[in-house]
Amino acid sequence: MKVLVMIKGDGADEDKVAPTEAMFEEMNAYNEQLVNAGIMLAGEGLQSSKNGAKVVWDTSGEVTVVDGPFTESKEILAGYWIWQVSSLDEAVEWARRCPSTAGMTSTLEIRPFFEMEDFAKVVSPEVLAKEQALMDRVKEQHG
Amino acid sequence: MTDARRAVEVIWRIESPRLIASLTRLVRDVGLAEELAQDAFVTALEQWPVSGVPDKPGAWLMVTARHRAIDLIRREQNRDAKYTVLAAGIGDEAGADRIVDEPIGDDLLSLVFLTCHPVLPRDSRIALTLRLFGGLTTDEIARAYLVPSPTVGQRISRAKRTLAEAHVPFEVPQADELPARVGSVLEVLYVIFTEGYAATSGATWVRRDLADEAMRLGRVLAGLLPREPEVFGLVALMELQASRFDARGDGVLLPDQDRRRWDRTLIEHGLGALERATTLGRPLGPYTVQAAIAACHSRARTFEDTDWEAIVALYDALAQLSPSPVVELNRAVAVLHADGPEAALVALDAIRHDPRLARYHLLGAVRADVLVRLGRAEEAADELERAAALAPTQRERNLLMARSAAVTESPVLDVGGD
Repeated sequence: MKVLVMIKGDGADEDKVAPTEAMFEEMNAYNEQLVNAGIMLAGEGLQSSKNGAKVVWDTSGEVTVVDGPFTESKEILAGYWIWQVSSLDEAVEWARRCPSTAGMTSTLEIRPFFEMEDFAKVVSPEVLAKEQALMDRVKEQHG
Repeated sequence: MTDARRAVEVIWRIESPRLIASLTRLVRDVGLAEELAQDAFVTALEQWPVSGVPDKPGAWLMVTARHRAIDLIRREQNRDAKYTVLAAGIGDEAGADRIVDEPIGDDLLSLVFLTCHPVLPRDSRIALTLRLFGGLTTDEIARAYLVPSPTVGQRISRAKRTLAEAHVPFEVPQADELPARVGSVLEVLYVIFTEGYAATSGATWVRRDLADEAMRLGRVLAGLLPREPEVFGLVALMELQASRFDARGDGVLLPDQDRRRWDRTLIEHGLGALERATTLGRPLGPYTVQAAIAACHSRARTFEDTDWEAIVALYDALAQLSPSPVVELNRAVAVLHADGPEAALVALDAIRHDPRLARYHLLGAVRADVLVRLGRAEEAADELERAAALAPTQRERNLLMARSAAVTESPVLDVGGD
């Protein structure tokens, strides 16, 4: 199974700790373990939320644009990996081994990607075909 | 099941290959090494639910198993001269702690060369590799291959006995032997992969897990042999083929596949591996060339955009590296799209009477498609009927018969090439 692993921190902590060379080295060693284990398919880091923006809809459909940083946000995305693992338990075990930063809370959220089998278990082929047609249209719009 | 118990199970999968590799170097017997590793995990199962899972479970298990190994060797050394030699090499308990931090690469590599050793029959190599190098349980292997668990268990114990009786050394082969031995490892991984890739019925998802595991082990091997282009070539080939699993579904051919359903992550990773294989500056092998062919399809946004000239040239190269009539047949399909049906018919007629293709239904299927394009529908229908009689499954037989009936009605049919 393929999982998305999202690296999240607290918005209030985002610029509190400047990344040090030691932190980079530790993360590098961890990434190397993931590569050596043959599970790492992709991964990227994101810039600080002060360089980002949010587009937010309220319940009435009113749209607002919020510029970063998102200091109020409890969970700010800092990067992600895509792993290929044999089970969610295996992903959890690998995530447990990720280095953390002292003085900051952080979260690794692990979410499996949908595979066609997952749909086939719960919906009829007709509904599945409709869903697929919708997804195709979405992809067409985004090229 | 408690959390600690679940943790022990996944940690077995993650850690046991390294553990067994390291222990085999110590005790020189892969069967004994596996028992020592299992003992360490039994200890973990007893202790971790109470004490919690340690911060570095791999190091904990390594130290526990090594202490057991050293105890065993000390107990045995009075009785057996072999153990005296071993005991001389291992030192004290502090040594065991230090060894935990040593690089393990050569041990893991020695382990996979052992499990894929040519002295073993192919089925045993597959089972032993999945179990020791992949960290799968006997039950998991049995489920994936749809055979009873005891069958796999026996295959594995027989294989371990064979290795012991043949005194197969635990080592990375010398340079002159290396290409052939790497070839044996790659073959085992590719056979595991195609077992998953080719499955079109039954417990498909289990088979897909098998293909996933073969890809993972290929990536592990690429880390251990970073200068061997064919390892990267095989990884690329498997990933590019697997990227089409969803789009292929129950046998949809390449021209008809919905390319938006191809797995872009696997394609990116596969193209990266291919790039690595081709830039190592060493002669390319058949896996890399096949991956390069698969990459031509991956890069094409539509079937019509496919760079068929490049594919013909790559099949020419493949025919040089590993000549086979099936390669010539695939080349003829590429020629059809690159140069048209007249050229394809010439290519097909060159292999038409090859006895190795006499019972191969796809020759007739491809030749029929070429004949249809040349407007020779009657001959095409005959060819398809003959192909149907040779088809290995009822499903393919029906498809070919349906096409035979259709060619006399509608003039043009498309042909797939992969």
